[in-house]
Amino acid sequence: MKHAAGASSATTSTSPSGRDNDEYRAVISVLVDNESGVLARVVGLFSGRGYNIESLTVAPVEDDGARSRINIVTSGTPAIIEQIRAQLDRLVPVCRVANLTTLGPHIAREMVLVKVVSTGEARTEALRIAEAFRARAVDTTASSFVFELTGASEKLDSFVELMRPLGLAEVSRTGVAALTRGPRSL
Amino acid sequence: MNAATQTTAAQPNASTTLSGAEVLLRALEEQGVEVVFGYPGGAVLPIYDALFQQDRILHILVRHEQAAVHAAEGYARSTGRVGVVLVTSGPGATNAVTGLLDALMDSVPLVCLSGQVPVQLIGNDAFQEADTTGITRPATKYNYLVKKPEDLARTVHEAFEIARSGRPGPVLIDLPKNITVGPAPYAPPSTQGRRSYQPRVEPDREAVREAVAAMRRGKRPLFYVGGGVINAGPEACEALGRLVHMTGFPCTSTLMGLGAFPSSDPQFVGMLGMHGTYEANLATHDCDVLIALGSRFDDRVTGRVDAFSPRSFKIHADIDPSQINKIITVDVPIIGDAGRTIAAMIEEWERAEGPAPDAAALKNWWEHIEGWRALDCLRFTQDPAPDAIIKPQKAIQRIYELALETGRDTYVSTEVGQHQMWAAQFFKFEQPNRWLTSGGLGTMGYGLPAAVGAQLAHPDALIIDVAGEASTLMNIQELGTIAQYRLPVKLFIINNQYMGMVRQWQELLHGSRYSESYSSALPDFVKLAESFHAKGFRARTMAELDDTIRAALAHDGAVVVDLCVAEGENCFPMIPSGAAHNEMILGPEQEAQGAVVTNEGKMLV
Ligand SMILES: Cc1ncc(C[n+]2csc(CCOP(=O)(O)OP(=O)(O)O)c2C)c(N)n1
Ligand SMILES: [Mg+2]
Repeated sequence: MKHAAGASSATTSTSPSGRDNDEYRAVISVLVDNESGVLARVVGLFSGRGYNIESLTVAPVEDDGARSRINIVTSGTPAIIEQIRAQLDRLVPVCRVANLTTLGPHIAREMVLVKVVSTGEARTEALRIAEAFRARAVDTTASSFVFELTGASEKLDSFVELMRPLGLAEVSRTGVAALTRGPRSL
Repeated sequence: MNAATQTTAAQPNASTTLSGAEVLLRALEEQGVEVVFGYPGGAVLPIYDALFQQDRILHILVRHEQAAVHAAEGYARSTGRVGVVLVTSGPGATNAVTGLLDALMDSVPLVCLSGQVPVQLIGNDAFQEADTTGITRPATKYNYLVKKPEDLARTVHEAFEIARSGRPGPVLIDLPKNITVGPAPYAPPSTQGRRSYQPRVEPDREAVREAVAAMRRGKRPLFYVGGGVINAGPEACEALGRLVHMTGFPCTSTLMGLGAFPSSDPQFVGMLGMHGTYEANLATHDCDVLIALGSRFDDRVTGRVDAFSPRSFKIHADIDPSQINKIITVDVPIIGDAGRTIAAMIEEWERAEGPAPDAAALKNWWEHIEGWRALDCLRFTQDPAPDAIIKPQKAIQRIYELALETGRDTYVSTEVGQHQMWAAQFFKFEQPNRWLTSGGLGTMGYGLPAAVGAQLAHPDALIIDVAGEASTLMNIQELGTIAQYRLPVKLFIINNQYMGMVRQWQELLHGSRYSESYSSALPDFVKLAESFHAKGFRARTMAELDDTIRAALAHDGAVVVDLCVAEGENCFPMIPSGAAHNEMILGPEQEAQGAVVTNEGKMLV
């Protein structure tokens, strides 16, 4: 039996697949004191210990700017993800860490800006797809669009893929912002 | 950790403006600092000027900033207090990096103050500018760059709190010169800690209960203790002694944990791991309940991870939650201070709930252990002829025995290599904080400056550095510090003319191709000692060994002893990297039954 070790819980999370050696993608949210060097600490921990970062977002989230929230999408086996959580928790300016993927239902959203340069048939097709995805055209010229789309990362992936043959010129993504569902907070 | 701070500083007088440097010293004083190990330079001149004008804090001038850090480590580990280092910007700070990482890996509480160029010059590639917080971020528990005078006092107090609490470690404060020159307000330590940093010290009772229940059920139990117990303080070590005695279980220790439990106690089975004893390693392999206290399953301890203690129920108590399940998956984790955890275990054990421990099984277990012990895995044969060459094992054994004869309180530091492992095997430590060695980082050059720090903390004690001829040259300049402060440190060089540990691996793993491991062009250590105002000794034969050691120990000043020993000795037992505990290589004295080094093993360090 694995035993929870109290407040800063050391329970081993299992991957959604339930198998110990399967890698999975986890969304980790970290609440940090907003001081200089804190992002370098977090990023340095990942590079220093050989963990992946698929995306990372950071911004102050309190009125006085005293704390920032960092959302990291990473992947690894359940043991590695648990080590990432524990190592982050150990950093002095880190207030809270949560693996949203195993904590329960959560929402993870990101935004993408997609520039498509095309004319004629491709241009109309791009616009049609954008409408189907509820993407907004935030910049329009005779030969180009910049679409803005917010949603789950997978949805953004498929939007970008569909735009590829239609004159996709440039992509800029924010990385995810994430929250747990329901009344509970980090 | 001993968190007591001395409150000596007078309340600041609001009408006098203090400089940043004065505020710094006042904060140090309030933190109970008595000694600072440092080296001056442009960026820290204001601090040196303030030091010059006071006499409450003693500054020890080392000869290299790395040595300042190791000296502070020796001071900290031999006292349980926070060691303090002061270095200048740029090269001063970069020279300190090795020491900081050493302290991080071995959980030594330090505060390192580094000078920095003035805030307005940061980023300009100014003279002796280095991105010190950037460079030391992964080498410290935490670090700061003080950019505003009003942050200075609070930062210093917080740094001490972070260094000594939780899992102790080094904290660096980078101090731009304008901050130490200009005026700054003083502030006393705040009573409430930082919200984001609240290390858990009190163990979860339910977890302790579950652990003790498993201990009661154990038929082949084993305590495996590490440096965390020593960091928890002498009371924790005393409690450990009680727990081990009341349970009757055997106890092994890591390199860092030596002294947490008395080495001469019959329940002590010796150090475990790569150069651990036969009985400790086989007990670890065969036990059915493993109780890890303040130890972290380091690779030197575990050997092949998938073969580590394969059938045991594992309890792991540590103050650092990130150590749980990092290397070995455990059954009961307990987060908290080792001392409180042990005290809670004692209480639970005394409540005597559940089935009584299986005395017959325990007796049987001890019989097994005694059988392994009977192999006498550290035995070696020394030719007793007066003109015989001294074996390094013999030299170290005699240093221990003759030091013991003096009856003095003795502290031992080491360098890194074979001599370090032999010292760990042959010295017996009855008390904590007496053994100073670089475990996690394995830093050659640690021992001599660590001895400096220990001698300053314990002026009347016998301080011995068991050194290798190669390692000691890495910080030999500290003989200058030793001379300046008249520190009666005893440096024993186990001179085997080789980087012995490297040579041993080359012999065993690389077809005896001794690539660059011969110590060529060694200095004459006796003359070297004399040139540094110390007394030099040399022993070449068995006839000279005891007399030389006795004379060195009896000398009331610093000594350097060149003990010329056999070149080709190997340190056994040895679990080669990638092998399991029951695949130990034993010495020539013991039955040959060793492991074969696998190709994967060769890739490990
Ligand atoms: C700074 C540093 N560089 C290199 C090493 C690798 N190393 C480990 S032991 C050793 C040889 C030490 O030789 P010596 O001091 O003579 O000790 P012996 O093994 O001969 O007792 C070396 C080079 C190290 N541990 N530290
Ligand atoms: Mg040597």
